[in-house]
Amino acid sequence: MFELLGISPQALFGQLLIGLINGAFYAMLSLGLAVIFGLLNVINFAHGAQYMMGAFVAWFVLEYAGVPFWGALIVAPVAVAIFGVILEQVFIKRLYHLDHLYGLLLTFGFVLIIEGLFRYKFGSSGQPYDNPLPGGQNLGFMFLPNYRGFVVVASLVVCLGTWFMIEKTKLGSYLRAATENPTLVRAFGINVPRMVTLTYAFGVGLAAFAGVLAAPIYQVNPTMGSNLIIIVFAVVVIGGMGSIMGSIVTGFGLGVIEGLTKVFYPEASSTVIFVIMAIVLLIRPAGLFGTAK
Amino acid sequence: MQRMKQLMSAAAMVALLAAPAAAQVSDDVVKLGVMNDQSGLYADITGPGSVVAARMAVEDFGGKVLGKPIEVVFADHQNKPDIGVNVARQWIDTQQVDAMVDVPTSSVALAVQEVTRQKNRVFLMSGPASSDLTGKACSETGIHWTYDTYALANGTGKALVKQGGDTWFFLTSDYAFGHALERDTAKFVTDGGGKVLGVVRHPLNTADFSSFLLQAQASKAKVIGLANAGGDTINSIKQAAEFGVVAGGQRLAGLLVFINDVHALGLKTAQGLVVTSAFYWDLNDDTRAFAKRFMEKHKGMVPSMIQAGVYGEVMHYLKAVQAAGTDEAKAVAKKMKELPINDFMTKNGSIRQDGRVIRNMYLLQVKKPEESKAKYDYYKVLATIPGNEAFRPMAEGGCPLVKG
Repeated sequence: MFELLGISPQALFGQLLIGLINGAFYAMLSLGLAVIFGLLNVINFAHGAQYMMGAFVAWFVLEYAGVPFWGALIVAPVAVAIFGVILEQVFIKRLYHLDHLYGLLLTFGFVLIIEGLFRYKFGSSGQPYDNPLPGGQNLGFMFLPNYRGFVVVASLVVCLGTWFMIEKTKLGSYLRAATENPTLVRAFGINVPRMVTLTYAFGVGLAAFAGVLAAPIYQVNPTMGSNLIIIVFAVVVIGGMGSIMGSIVTGFGLGVIEGLTKVFYPEASSTVIFVIMAIVLLIRPAGLFGTAK
Repeated sequence: MQRMKQLMSAAAMVALLAAPAAAQVSDDVVKLGVMNDQSGLYADITGPGSVVAARMAVEDFGGKVLGKPIEVVFADHQNKPDIGVNVARQWIDTQQVDAMVDVPTSSVALAVQEVTRQKNRVFLMSGPASSDLTGKACSETGIHWTYDTYALANGTGKALVKQGGDTWFFLTSDYAFGHALERDTAKFVTDGGGKVLGVVRHPLNTADFSSFLLQAQASKAKVIGLANAGGDTINSIKQAAEFGVVAGGQRLAGLLVFINDVHALGLKTAQGLVVTSAFYWDLNDDTRAFAKRFMEKHKGMVPSMIQAGVYGEVMHYLKAVQAAGTDEAKAVAKKMKELPINDFMTKNGSIRQDGRVIRNMYLLQVKKPEESKAKYDYYKVLATIPGNEAFRPMAEGGCPLVKG
């Protein structure tokens, strides 16, 4: 079979693993988007910019305060989440009663402003960020860098933790109830607006967390988010808007499909996800894991 | 007699029309249009810095030529040929732009070369790399100033083959530039007795190269040639280090690496890379003086060879306009080819019939972190490649302007 495909089993396993690693980023980012959309009904186009900010904060605290990568994993998401709270309180909050489109336009505007400011200040070629876990394991079929292994594990823990919190805990059930019927939930004495703000902050923090994880792999540059966010939106659409498990599974799955495309027909690797998106939209407009409302 | 009179008046008319054209500036302004990537992956190596360099040249020239003011305008082509062509047409048709400047991204430059050929405008290329611009796509008014894919292959490619790198695998950016760089390098590899084991072509502006690097690793080639640029090169090198490519005994050949890329990578990751460049700020007093002035005007960012080239080509263009007494494109291009080039980065340079500027190139190596004494102290010079060896012989390019 492998000979038929013109590829050795070693190469195939290697590519599958790499697909999984890239899928980890798609999963974490689309998860944040799905949480924000599912619970707030806001299409957070600024997600990519917040991912980029996460990476930049990590670089910044390392460069100017000597905070290492592991510290940045906590500091950067918190810092960017605080920025998210301000954004939500001052701007996004005012759009909840309007159509999705307004939220999308507002957050898109912020992307342009944030990226422009960062580009003006730091230039477009990016900043260096050293790998905190150099070296790797020889798995026989490929060389697995330690850091990439860590990324997959960290991403799985964060994704499943988020899913568990929202679907299985009491706090999660409050959240879901609050989005179904905020007036009723408020009548039980729960501070719904604050919960919504914190949810947005959490989603933004997830983006920043992914950004910190990305810093040692990709360039830390102002456009790193917009290059990724379009793919992540496609992932969310394929998985089903607002479906948490859907976005996780689709994120990892599409990473693998993209990885395989890079072997069989690399020229198409930047388009394959959109082809799948078009097919899914034709057959199941609500997405693979979504339910039509 | 009647006929004689007719002839005389016709001759007078011709003389009247021709005379002013010989010493005239169209629209009473000499306008330069700097078009490049203002915000994307090539923005640091071209972008606003090229505009700064063009303005510095205009300022140094005195702001006026043939008594008329010189103006610099700029636009973002977003690395898309259709946008580039639209901007070029608009500039020429409605804004009286006399010369296009910089225009990185070979696919865009090839398209703009056609527009300037049709509309008779000078095209001063510093950013684009494809050697086809002075080969089969050459133009009478197109001047390829700073470097090209042949010179890069000739420097880095040949040096690595000589050091025993006789099997290659290419990671190629999938558009005109990458294809040209791969082709020109592959020629040096096979001419030197080496072999190309494989090629993978990735889309422009790719974030993740791990999959491609894995294929390159599996090929067991001694050298992995990076026929890409800007952010793509940075990500390739960064991730190659992560995947233990160099530790595994393979060598990376960054075929087009700019000093800004080295800065973004950090010396720890970039050390040891062999790079071909037309310019390095720390070569001599002249280059240091230019870099100092440039950095004062451009947020402390070091000039890339492209930005340095923009200064040189604008200066030379203005000198040629002055000497030709007109801004008519063919006359200026002809004069540019007659005048010798002498500035901080080019000594006794010349422009060939096909538009190729001939100057020395430098084979540089990125320093180890402990060798670097100051910010941007990144390279040591391995060799100077004389201009007559650095570029493709004119007869081999296939430029239709070159006959016999």
